[in-house]
Amino acid sequence: MSIGSKKTPMRVQDPQIRKNNFQEVSLGYTLEEAIKEAKRCIQCKKPRCVGGCPVNINIPKFIDHIAKGEIEKAASVIKETNNLPAVCGRVCPQEEQCEARCILGIKGEPVAIGRLERFAADYTMNLPEGDFVDPISNGIKVGVVGSGPASLAAATDLAKYGYEVHVFEAFHEPGGVLIYGIPEFRLPKGMVKKEIDGLKKLGVQIHTNIIIGKTITVDELLKEGYKAVFIGSGAGLPRFMNIPGENLNGVYSANEYLTRINLMGAYEFPVNHTPVKTGQRIAVVGGGNVAMDAARCALRLGAQEVRIVYRRSHEEMPARREEVHHAGEEGIVFDILTNPVEIIGEDGWVKGLRCVRMELGEPDASGRRRPEAIQGSEFTMETDIVIIAIGTSPNPLITAATKGLDVNDWGGIIVEGETGATTREMVYAGGDAVTGSATVILAMGAGKKAAAAIHKRLSENN
Amino acid sequence: MFEIMDKKKIGPEIVQMVIKAPLIAKKAMPGQFIMLRVDEHGERIPLTIAGYDRAAGSITIIFQVVGYTTNDLAQLDPGDHIKDFAGPLGMPSKLEGYSRVLCVGGGVGIAPLFPQIKYLNDKDAFVDVIIGARSAECLILRDEISKSSSNVYIATDDGSLGHKGFVTDVAKDLIEKGNNYDLVIAIGPLVMMKAVSQLTKEYDIHTIVSMNPIMVDGTGMCGGCRVTVGGETLYACVDGPEFDGHLVDFDEAIRRQQMYKKEEQIEHDCKVGRGR
Repeated sequence: MSIGSKKTPMRVQDPQIRKNNFQEVSLGYTLEEAIKEAKRCIQCKKPRCVGGCPVNINIPKFIDHIAKGEIEKAASVIKETNNLPAVCGRVCPQEEQCEARCILGIKGEPVAIGRLERFAADYTMNLPEGDFVDPISNGIKVGVVGSGPASLAAATDLAKYGYEVHVFEAFHEPGGVLIYGIPEFRLPKGMVKKEIDGLKKLGVQIHTNIIIGKTITVDELLKEGYKAVFIGSGAGLPRFMNIPGENLNGVYSANEYLTRINLMGAYEFPVNHTPVKTGQRIAVVGGGNVAMDAARCALRLGAQEVRIVYRRSHEEMPARREEVHHAGEEGIVFDILTNPVEIIGEDGWVKGLRCVRMELGEPDASGRRRPEAIQGSEFTMETDIVIIAIGTSPNPLITAATKGLDVNDWGGIIVEGETGATTREMVYAGGDAVTGSATVILAMGAGKKAAAAIHKRLSENN
Repeated sequence: MFEIMDKKKIGPEIVQMVIKAPLIAKKAMPGQFIMLRVDEHGERIPLTIAGYDRAAGSITIIFQVVGYTTNDLAQLDPGDHIKDFAGPLGMPSKLEGYSRVLCVGGGVGIAPLFPQIKYLNDKDAFVDVIIGARSAECLILRDEISKSSSNVYIATDDGSLGHKGFVTDVAKDLIEKGNNYDLVIAIGPLVMMKAVSQLTKEYDIHTIVSMNPIMVDGTGMCGGCRVTVGGETLYACVDGPEFDGHLVDFDEAIRRQQMYKKEEQIEHDCKVGRGR
């Protein structure tokens, strides 16, 4: 068996074409490509990749099935621990997780685990349902707050344990950040809907338009017979920079910008009635995946020039390499080591972004070299729209309405590490509501842990 | 889906609807709002709650047809359904401890003022009300307000009823006459709330205004509803929608309200068959 030192390439839409549409950028493997890539896996006796997966997918086993052309079996193996494989195969940072530990990565490129996961999920998604076993209901009600990755993972496992699971979503559409945050061209909404349909088939009931903390409180849920509540309400509160000019017309939080485009479908305005401002020149402040998503959306909405403004260098960017690479291919300009100090307005509208050039000094608490302003380097870039994508904090709406639910200095819900138990009896939490903005898969891992802990606790009680 | 139980035209282009929403009706308090979306292509818009009936499980909304969404909404009839209806959102009005209150409502802003008038009246506060509009036919909820307040004063732009001129003229007159109000609540167009706040500042009377900026989610997520209050940026959806009128930067709010004027025109052209 010959092992290529490089991953089997995945086809992508041509950058010059895709920058004008919202269709998916990466096109996925064909069956032949997937089998070829799966055969690169050397089936380690002690697979290190599994330990790199926050939900411990049996990676060698599912890859072995793909290598043998047994795609449905491969998908079943993944679904034992991960109910959102089509999502994770697309948005997980595999390069820092499973693939980072692959033995092939030492001399060449690791096995493309993420691409294979996506392939197995997509390939089986439209096949008729197999021998699906309906979990036997134990009649015990558990409430799940929010419907993003943490909540969906918790709800899935709780349903499989036999609980009557009710998910409460504030928006009109379930999926959380998968729906409002990550754009269509990176994660097609149809995929998310299909994965959520799978959850409904498990018997999970999803209630939209319910804001826990406002429409119903956590205390009321517990009083009304819910034996436990899991909070996976995410990190929905946008951060601004607190620089002059942030309230000018034409300044968006990335949350607002992306929600208008993704959840509300503003890219098809006026068919969809939610508008979003388009401009010729757009500046996006930040260096994470959200900044890349916002910049690439702006480009697709017809902007002539889109700039990423980031205060550190390329190396420190928290965005996935692949996303940065794709953004660069599409023509996004990177102004690294550049920090905004003021948004300049004219007649109340954004006109420019005043910035200062930075240089890297000693490492700071995060281990990344601290950016410091270069004296006298200020300049103004002309721009019509500024999008602030410097992170989000947990939304205080639920914690403010729930007595005894303790949070830390920056609003994250305090939990007991292994179980997700909060300071309130029978209330658990996980995902960005606990950690602040992190990844889909970490949130899912936290949701699964909490589900297991809830099950253990409720089993003891009975 | 949320059923429309009742619908009434109560003024030119002004519609009152009663919506079946028991969970929201159970919780709603004066000053709070709901977010609604008419259909799957619709925009999410905030509307301040104009009434709630806990027993009937209903929420009353009153809106003026000013744009695409309100126009779509106005086409619906009793028995029809609104796709999405969520709330109650925002902080309830802080009305405790006030005994002499002047409520000033302008145009369709009279609607969200009504629950507060009723609440204060039920708490035995002395409540004077000034309502103002373009003309007499636009003055909504007159009878309801008369029943729930001590005195009702009227101002119209064209003089078709009551004082010809602004609500602020009437307010100034009442304050000058020695009515020792300990609270003024002003709800209406931004320019009206700004004028009332400027007036009451001169007399140092605490004044609450209700902001109705552009929002997407209504839960603190988008930050589109940023309002500068006392030099600090606050979110109308979670910190408000009511704020101290003496601290609100109205000029900024007025400017931010204009953000999508151009897009509204495109939608309008669409609707009447022009443009794309």
